[in-house]
Amino acid sequence: MALHFELVTPEKLIRSEDVHMVVVPGTEGDFGVLEGHAPVMSTIRDDALTVYKTEGGQPEEIQVRGGFAEVGDAGLTVLAEKVEG
Amino acid sequence: MASLKELKGRINSVKSTQKITKAKQMVAAAKLRKAQAAAEAARPYAERMAAVMTSIAGKVVGSEGAPKLLAGTGSTHRHLLVVVNTDKGLCGGLNANVVKAAVAKAKALQSEGKEVAFYLVGRKGRAPIRRAFPDKIVANFDTSEVRDPGFEEASKIAGELVEMYDNGKFDVAHLIYATFKSALVQEPTDQQIIPVPATADANAGSGGAAVEYEPDEEEILAELLPRYLNTQIFGALLEISASEQGASMTAMDNATRNAGELIQKLNIQYNRSRQAAITTELIEIIAGAEAL
Repeated sequence: MALHFELVTPEKLIRSEDVHMVVVPGTEGDFGVLEGHAPVMSTIRDDALTVYKTEGGQPEEIQVRGGFAEVGDAGLTVLAEKVEG
Repeated sequence: MASLKELKGRINSVKSTQKITKAKQMVAAAKLRKAQAAAEAARPYAERMAAVMTSIAGKVVGSEGAPKLLAGTGSTHRHLLVVVNTDKGLCGGLNANVVKAAVAKAKALQSEGKEVAFYLVGRKGRAPIRRAFPDKIVANFDTSEVRDPGFEEASKIAGELVEMYDNGKFDVAHLIYATFKSALVQEPTDQQIIPVPATADANAGSGGAAVEYEPDEEEILAELLPRYLNTQIFGALLEISASEQGASMTAMDNATRNAGELIQKLNIQYNRSRQAAITTELIEIIAGAEAL
């Protein structure tokens, strides 16, 4: 089962891929998003998103600034003003 | 009749002008491709942002805690026109058209008895607007220092606007810029940005499912509204830069063609005068020989 994950900045669409899980640093605490997650909208701290491409695989960290996450039927969409690295 | 030397000089000067306009045209064509790509790359963010905004704004609008940026100040008396122009010329009637649209909008608002002020982005709009409304310009934003106005500039502009709004300097803000349709057509557009126009379509959210908000709707909205404003202004900056290159390409293409025509005409004139000079000389020689 895969979660569709999109990372978008004003300049461009940075990622659009299927991953296993993403851990999102929400303003009120981190939360992990798997496939079939309930719809959520949340603002994000300036911190790292942790992306697990496969179950138990090596996680990848993406630093985001000024972010906002939306989980819907289409998967997880993260809007960020800036992405580092 | 101009002398041969003069004509030669003119031909050369038109030729070098043509070289310049041709170079500028090619540069504009290359930059246009880049500007269009940038505008396209920015679209996903703008679309998603707009979708999120509509879904939240639809829920919060009308409730008491709606932020001022969405609900307005309760009055629509003082209007601020944010006019986005280019920094450089050589792009045909683009800036003139944007300025014309802005002035027309301002006149229409004034005739309704509203107060109008201007916030100018880009250098080329300053002089004509100052001429039309000498004391109405509240601020200029200088984008001439940076090569490609980007998101940072957009957030700076949005920041200044929000600050002015919070200090009660104006009630309604409009954004006036040129939308890029094609290299030939750039349409002056005006759009209300403050208060953020709330769409009545409240059920456009995530498929009707109950969405959880973290923190609550109003806090998210308060954080998103300025960002939404950034996106709008960023979009306008991208549009104006694509428009600039498109208009510049067309204008320079025309100029190159005109220069070509002029060179042809001058060449014909030059050849005729040269021929006339040769004929006169020959006649003189023959007449001299016959006289012997």
